[in-house]
Amino acid sequence: MEFLGFLARRLAWSLLVLVGLSVVIFVIARVVPGDPARMALGPRASAEQVTELQEKLGLNLPLYQQYGRFIGGLAQGELGQSLLTERSVNLDIRTTFPATLELVMATVIIAFLFGVPLGVAAARWKDSWPDNLVRAFAIVAAVMPTFFIALLLQVLAGYVLQILPTTGRLPTGTEFEADITGLLIVDGLLKGQLHVVFEAMRHLLLPALALSLATMGQMARITRASMIDVSRQDYIEAARAFGVPDRVRLFKYQLRPAFVPPLTIMGLEFASLIGGAFVVELIFSWPGMAAYGIRAITQKDLNAIMGVVMVSGLFFVLVNLLIDVLVGLVDPRIRIRGRRA
Amino acid sequence: MTSLLSVQGLSVSFTTYGRTAEVLKGVSLDVPQGAQVALVGESGSGKSVTMKAIMGLLPQPPARIHAGRIMFDGRDLLTLPERERVALRGTAMSMVFQDPMSSLNPVWTIEDQLSTILKYADRRLGRDRDRRGRRARVIEVLSQVRMRDPERVAGSFPIMLSGGMRQRVLIAMALLSEPRLLIADEPGTALDVTTQAQILKLLRDLVEAQGLALLMITHNLGVVRETSNYVYVMNKGEIVEEGPTADLFAAPRQQYTRDLIAAVPRLTGRVAT
Amino acid sequence: MSELAALSNSYQNWYRFSRNPTAVIGLVIVVVSILAALLAPHITPYPDHIGAIVDFRNRHQPPSAAHWFGTDNVGRDILTRVIFGLRVSLMLAFVVLIIAVPFGTVLGLLAGYFGGWTEIVIMRLTDIALALPPLIMALAVAAVLEPSLMNAMLAIASLWWTWHTRLVYSMVRQIRALEYVEAAETLGASKTHILFREILPNCVSAIAVKTSLDAGFVILIGASLSFLGLGIQPPTPDLGTMVSDGASFLPDYWWESLLPGTAILFVALGFNLLGDGLRDLFDVEDVR
Repeated sequence: MEFLGFLARRLAWSLLVLVGLSVVIFVIARVVPGDPARMALGPRASAEQVTELQEKLGLNLPLYQQYGRFIGGLAQGELGQSLLTERSVNLDIRTTFPATLELVMATVIIAFLFGVPLGVAAARWKDSWPDNLVRAFAIVAAVMPTFFIALLLQVLAGYVLQILPTTGRLPTGTEFEADITGLLIVDGLLKGQLHVVFEAMRHLLLPALALSLATMGQMARITRASMIDVSRQDYIEAARAFGVPDRVRLFKYQLRPAFVPPLTIMGLEFASLIGGAFVVELIFSWPGMAAYGIRAITQKDLNAIMGVVMVSGLFFVLVNLLIDVLVGLVDPRIRIRGRRA
Repeated sequence: MTSLLSVQGLSVSFTTYGRTAEVLKGVSLDVPQGAQVALVGESGSGKSVTMKAIMGLLPQPPARIHAGRIMFDGRDLLTLPERERVALRGTAMSMVFQDPMSSLNPVWTIEDQLSTILKYADRRLGRDRDRRGRRARVIEVLSQVRMRDPERVAGSFPIMLSGGMRQRVLIAMALLSEPRLLIADEPGTALDVTTQAQILKLLRDLVEAQGLALLMITHNLGVVRETSNYVYVMNKGEIVEEGPTADLFAAPRQQYTRDLIAAVPRLTGRVAT
Repeated sequence: MSELAALSNSYQNWYRFSRNPTAVIGLVIVVVSILAALLAPHITPYPDHIGAIVDFRNRHQPPSAAHWFGTDNVGRDILTRVIFGLRVSLMLAFVVLIIAVPFGTVLGLLAGYFGGWTEIVIMRLTDIALALPPLIMALAVAAVLEPSLMNAMLAIASLWWTWHTRLVYSMVRQIRALEYVEAAETLGASKTHILFREILPNCVSAIAVKTSLDAGFVILIGASLSFLGLGIQPPTPDLGTMVSDGASFLPDYWWESLLPGTAILFVALGFNLLGDGLRDLFDVEDVR
């Protein structure tokens, strides 16, 4: 019951964060530049053109009314239309976001799948060579610029070894409509087109790996520290005194309580993961939100920029809510007390 | 009289940062079948090291056992193969942990933790018991430690229980596999005085009812008086005095023992002038 | 007496630090990078190659005795440009942190010490800042204002304080509960005195660790920005831009991209190792 209260509070905070985000974004896009219409049309546009666009988009209204329209639209899930193409930003994001989502999800899965076991191994063989190896990996992975990893992987696996494709989500000319979830792997499975699934995975592997290394290192580092912390607890000594075997102690008694910090950190890391996705998408010509966002930024398409930043923030907030639920499932103390330890 | 547990001339040293310290210097003590023995001393006297050596929980290194034997049921634990050593742990000899707040895993239910211990104890002893059998045994020990609603306690997470209840869970944990020797490490020190008194009484009743041998490890002579009929006094890694509890209290021979007795808080009696 | 104690204390610290190989490596990298950046015009072999010089006969030269890191697509010495590029990276980290660290620290102190509405407002602000990816924020701000590195830095700084606020906040919450703060309060010490003389000194080591780790990460973000085309105006050398320019000649002229990339890695690694070493030294495990 307290857990529901906890989640309700978190949800309320999240809404507040989203409102705050919308203010920040509104200020950046509408207040800072002075005249968005002039900016979108460029210096060579005539005064009439500028006034026409201003009226069409409501830019001649007072700021608070503009914000009201903006937030009103947001509440209905409407991000407005592009200042340049007059296409709906919603539509653009709906077509580009699934690619980003698929990339980020694959990244998180890879980071967890390898990062957590590496951390467990490092803690298990603390101060011996597996530990040193994992720690060295974690540090180097953390300080490798994402674009540098991406370039290295692209050159190594794509050009030198020629084992994996280096651009796009599918081979050119593949006829496949991802119209269920927009995720190629999921839709491919749902439609039973296994060759699409296979190709999508092949294309996903390099970008996801490039994006995941830093997070993987971070996960390994946090898991290691957390496992060591838990291993010093009395209940681990007690389990040993009662003859619970090493393996069971490690995975059942130690890993589960140690799992909360990596989960929480994952949530906080998410913002930088989305940022990293921008770079990786660009390098691997991944048709996601980043390519769209960067085009919007170079063309100064303010509504599109607002949309992209807002969706990134929303994504972050939703992921963190999901993590709150997961943390509650892993650790009954949070479920019962209704707050983080 | 044959002893269930007999520690003979046990010497242990610890090496950290190149420095070696003698922690136990030829400690000998006996716990006969069904007897209630106390090992008392200040913190740092070596009583915890003695306990860990008996349970086989000393981290080696930094610890090193150079001399002595630990006879349990006629076998020397120190020369026993690791497998057989582990097989005894938590079964024939088992331990009541000190701190009810930190000795239970916070993320598993009481039943989960007790039946996991039972499952591996069964496996080591070659006993055959299914899930339902384990559950029945868990409920049984929880009622033995006088839990009013054992079913509910079994389904609880530690955080949902009071300190006294958790301490009783720790006792139940020790009783799971019908041990012959119970080693208790200052149970209840983390609790308030009234609850601790209840815990000690419960422990004593259980030990007497089931005919277990008890080795009570404590710094508190008040606890000794409550729970034992024979005492070893330990100081700086050596046994400095021993004797039947009543005799020791009546006529302590060592100054150290006298100091310890003087330090026991009394609820009644006059203040010495 | 107390000065002697302080002296022997700092000597002890230095001794412990010097026995930690990763920390020493980190310190050496950081010091070498800063010196190289400061002395760039004097130690680089071709200091005039930071300009718009074109020497087509020498373009795409592999590493050699004359050009240790090879030359780029217009024949400029890459080693020279890498060392000058360090200036941009280090300056970026310096500017962001000189704004973000004091700002974040003060907000954290206020939120942790005063509680109530101060706490709620400040901590919700950190939540909002946390939800914005710094890289995307920097891109967006740069798009709206002039796309310059300075604007991008300001954008990063406007988000980066949040980490320091959260760190200091949680530390103040712990410290505030300690008895000496209560004692100072009872003795009637002013709030400013308690905040800056009693509480702040206890946060300094954690802030130092965090700042050192941050310097590496800010350098990485800055490099990402210039990789995406938001770097300093060419022809001034900038490591991220060099990687991106060289990338079109991969893998044949690998040095043009990989060596500047390794330089970024190297500096970021230095700050990270230093931060790790300081963390062990100060025994502040929670700081990431």
